[in-house]
Amino acid sequence: MAREYETVIGLEVHVELATQTKIFCGCSTAFGGRPNSHTCPVCTGMPGSLPVLNKKVLEHAVAVGLATNCDITRYCKFDRKNYFYPDNPQNYQISQLYLPVCRNGYVEIETEEGIKKVGIHEIHMEEDAGKLIHDEWEDCSLVDYNRSGVPLIEIVSEPDMRSAQEVIAYLEKLRLIIQYLGASDCKLQEGSMRADVNLSVREVGAKEFGTRTEMKNLNSFRSIARAIEGEKNRQIDLLESGEAVIQETRRWDDAKETSYAMRSKEDAQDYRYFPDPDLVPVSISEEFLEEIRSRQPEFRTEKMKRYKEEFDIPDYDIDIITGSKHMADIFEETVALGAQPKKVSNWLMVETLRLLKEKELDPEDIRFSPEHLAKLIALTESKAVNSTVAKEVFEVMFEEDIDPESYVEEKGLKTVNDEGALRRTVEEVIAANPQSVEDYHNGKEKAIGFLVGQTMKAMKGKADPAGVNRLLKELL
Amino acid sequence: MANFIDDRTIEYVGILAKLELSDEEREAAKKDMGRMLDYIDKLNELDTSGVEPMSHVFPVQNVFREDVVTNGDESEKTLGNAPEEKDNMFVVPRTFEGN
Amino acid sequence: MDKSELLHLSAVELNRAIREGKTTAVEAMEAVLEQIEKKDGQYNCYVTVAGDTALAKAAEVQKKIEAGELTGPLAGVPVAVKDNMCTEGLLTTCSSKILENFVPAFSAEAVLQLERAGAVVIGKTNMDEFAMGSTTETSAYGVTRNPRNPEHVPGGSSGGSAAAVAAEECFFALGSDTGGSIRQPASYCGVVGMKPTYGTVSRYGLVAYGSSLDQIGPLTKTVEDCAAVLETIASHDKKDSTSVERADTDFTSALVKDVKGMRIGIPRDYLGEGLDSEVRDAVLAAAELLQANGAVVEEFDLSLVEYAIPTYYTIAAAEASSNLERFDGIKYGYRAKDAAGLHQMYKRTRSQGFGPEVKRRIMLGSFVLSSGYYDAYYLKALRVKAMIKKAFDDAFAKYDCILGPVAPTTAPELGRSLADPIKMYLGDIYTISVNLAGLPGISVPCGADSRGLPIGLQLIGDCFNEKKLIQTAYTYEQCAKEGN
Repeated sequence: MAREYETVIGLEVHVELATQTKIFCGCSTAFGGRPNSHTCPVCTGMPGSLPVLNKKVLEHAVAVGLATNCDITRYCKFDRKNYFYPDNPQNYQISQLYLPVCRNGYVEIETEEGIKKVGIHEIHMEEDAGKLIHDEWEDCSLVDYNRSGVPLIEIVSEPDMRSAQEVIAYLEKLRLIIQYLGASDCKLQEGSMRADVNLSVREVGAKEFGTRTEMKNLNSFRSIARAIEGEKNRQIDLLESGEAVIQETRRWDDAKETSYAMRSKEDAQDYRYFPDPDLVPVSISEEFLEEIRSRQPEFRTEKMKRYKEEFDIPDYDIDIITGSKHMADIFEETVALGAQPKKVSNWLMVETLRLLKEKELDPEDIRFSPEHLAKLIALTESKAVNSTVAKEVFEVMFEEDIDPESYVEEKGLKTVNDEGALRRTVEEVIAANPQSVEDYHNGKEKAIGFLVGQTMKAMKGKADPAGVNRLLKELL
Repeated sequence: MANFIDDRTIEYVGILAKLELSDEEREAAKKDMGRMLDYIDKLNELDTSGVEPMSHVFPVQNVFREDVVTNGDESEKTLGNAPEEKDNMFVVPRTFEGN
Repeated sequence: MDKSELLHLSAVELNRAIREGKTTAVEAMEAVLEQIEKKDGQYNCYVTVAGDTALAKAAEVQKKIEAGELTGPLAGVPVAVKDNMCTEGLLTTCSSKILENFVPAFSAEAVLQLERAGAVVIGKTNMDEFAMGSTTETSAYGVTRNPRNPEHVPGGSSGGSAAAVAAEECFFALGSDTGGSIRQPASYCGVVGMKPTYGTVSRYGLVAYGSSLDQIGPLTKTVEDCAAVLETIASHDKKDSTSVERADTDFTSALVKDVKGMRIGIPRDYLGEGLDSEVRDAVLAAAELLQANGAVVEEFDLSLVEYAIPTYYTIAAAEASSNLERFDGIKYGYRAKDAAGLHQMYKRTRSQGFGPEVKRRIMLGSFVLSSGYYDAYYLKALRVKAMIKKAFDDAFAKYDCILGPVAPTTAPELGRSLADPIKMYLGDIYTISVNLAGLPGISVPCGADSRGLPIGLQLIGDCFNEKKLIQTAYTYEQCAKEGN
């Protein structure tokens, strides 16, 4: 009889923190810019340069630790992790091994069997590496240190997950917490959130863990799920054929749906960690902790509860809106500007989601401002524009965050409220379409739709369709 | 001598430190490192139980910078000493996976 | 002013002469450059001489002095800088082939402090490669000879700086001291050298050897110069996390000839086996002179002296192995040609770029940090370091200063030291624990041996007590000069 296996998964999640500057120098963390334009002696490992810790990094790390129920290490230090690679200009990475800033936390995830706790072993602060680009023409690689020294936290989970679904639920949970804190935008595709998967299999009921492998290069939930499935099967196949799993780092190739070992003779994996003598210890006081605690935001569960009490919108909408901190912020700010919650929710749920999907964007990428959404809603409320025009304006707003008021003004999209002009047009339409008029009088209600359309066309869309309808009925 | 450094150890340390030794250098390194380690073993005469390892002599702590951008585009300086440069980047031999 | 007379002046005397209009910063620079032209072919104190740039800067400084914009005691004074401190636009090699063409884009904070005070950089001095050595013989750019006797080494690693001061090829110099690298060459060359309390002078721009031990300090002709230079280069630098904020950096206020009641302890272990008898006699004579002038001098047992060297070499090698990883042929410096692939490029670059002593320490450091050995070697050494620090704390509860020799012998002959590394390391026995404990230490000339080679007297103070050292050293220097 076939043996049954259980998959044991732990995650190492790297998150780029939302700071203005790098972890140890005053260079900008902004994306873009030509290669090496955001660099200085410190983040390019120039001889004689020295690191100084960005206070904001510590604040973000502690905030994430508190939000994930961690113990905060009151006396923490930085260590050097030594390994040679061109994206790492000093050939050591400043990280934390011996005294990481947070330990022993957990988050709760929802699974089919109910609520489950996933333990967090530790969270540590470290610096990101630069970027390597392969030059096909010259058969060499090129190094850009713009990302070198961008602050990261690494969140190391306990091996508490048993399936790809749990892994994704855990990642979603972390992403929400961190986004709500404003500590990172957590975009997997752009690499501001990255996950390495540690996976082993064992027979159901076994006490000991099997030998694990570590998989890197996973940049979407989909590739994570596929990599877990692939690696699980690879390990089971090995065990079934009597072979052993080797503890190693593997790289997932999403296109080929397979992973391969990253070992080389020159990769000793012996990082010779030791305390960085260039940085002094960090001592976290009660006051500091209190300050971070007092700044903790309302998290999703609380927010959902409050929305239910405050706003008359469907639970489904609440679920979607609070699923993104950015979207929830837009919702609340737009409502605060006087827009009706239901209307705001409608714009987010229908048009916004449609455009996000169409353009393959995340809610985090929404660029229009609450002010502009509020103005657009006000324009429709006052019937200054009709809904078709409003949707068109919204599309432009979604792309460029234009001010709908001035846009409508400039493009002359306002509904014509001149009763005389409208009456004249309707009379013309009636005169020009005797067949439809006859159909209408013969009881074909639909015919009026055609006449409304013709009127709207003649008015270049700038009429209120309901008003047109009313006037048509009156004149017929 | 008490510490015998074999070829494998020297080879391993060479991988860690990215040093490639000639035969002659390797023999000298084996001898030197063995002697140094014998000498360092003298520290085992001391009972250090209960003594905290001291990495910093002074209790200086909490030295921070504010999160304010102070550096502009310094790429010219960054690349000023590059042995090889292309498109404002450092040229290195093809890395393992390329990318 | 006559050129040779000019060269005999101390730094502050030269500054006085410039301010009094007896000479100019340009004349001083010309005199020094001529002296270098004349002497450096033999001594090889410098790796790089700035020449015309230095003259142009001297002219600028002279104008500012005349305009009353520069009034400090070092304005217009030519200075030599050890080649492990970054100097913007000026070659900085660490006396290594791996940095044969490295021109930094910024200057070390200590150098900037000097330039702000109007001192003018002459050039960069020779040293042991990456400051690893005690003879300046491990330099990739040839040995430096001791101006007091060219068949002997100048000491190291700041040998070029010490020799340049002794040869009057500069008026003062900057050195760096990780295990005695300022004090020992000062002693061998018969000049004053001081290692300040760790954190007093910014390390920003100092190419790191052992980061927890490195400190920049002055090499000068007199104690007065030493105080003036230290006062100028001491700073609380926000770019160096280990820089210490201290208010008492008015070191020249300690130039007082008075040691009455000064409690001075001489560790018995500093006078024992291995110490050359002529050195011992000179050091004890200096102690007697201080006692005769009112100091309270006694011998005592400073424990753990014999453990300082193995502790130091473990920590320094470990830190060095990591600090020197950045030299990989990618961003700056030497890159080996025709390497097949990345790792071969790394290995060839580093194997061809580093000299034997540097490789030896990198190998040792990588080993003591490697998996399975970290606790036994590195952590053990950090624990012993804590014990050594404690031993000094106990001593300074009883004494204002500790007095002893700088080195067991006077300068050895060229070519005699490198063959046996451990024997060479043993020469650091009196200086090394000062770095482990972060203390200030000064070396003052206290005579010569029968061959005419200078002997140095070392005074060690408690952390942040440079003033007591300066006062004691100044008193000794003045009394010795006056012959009482």
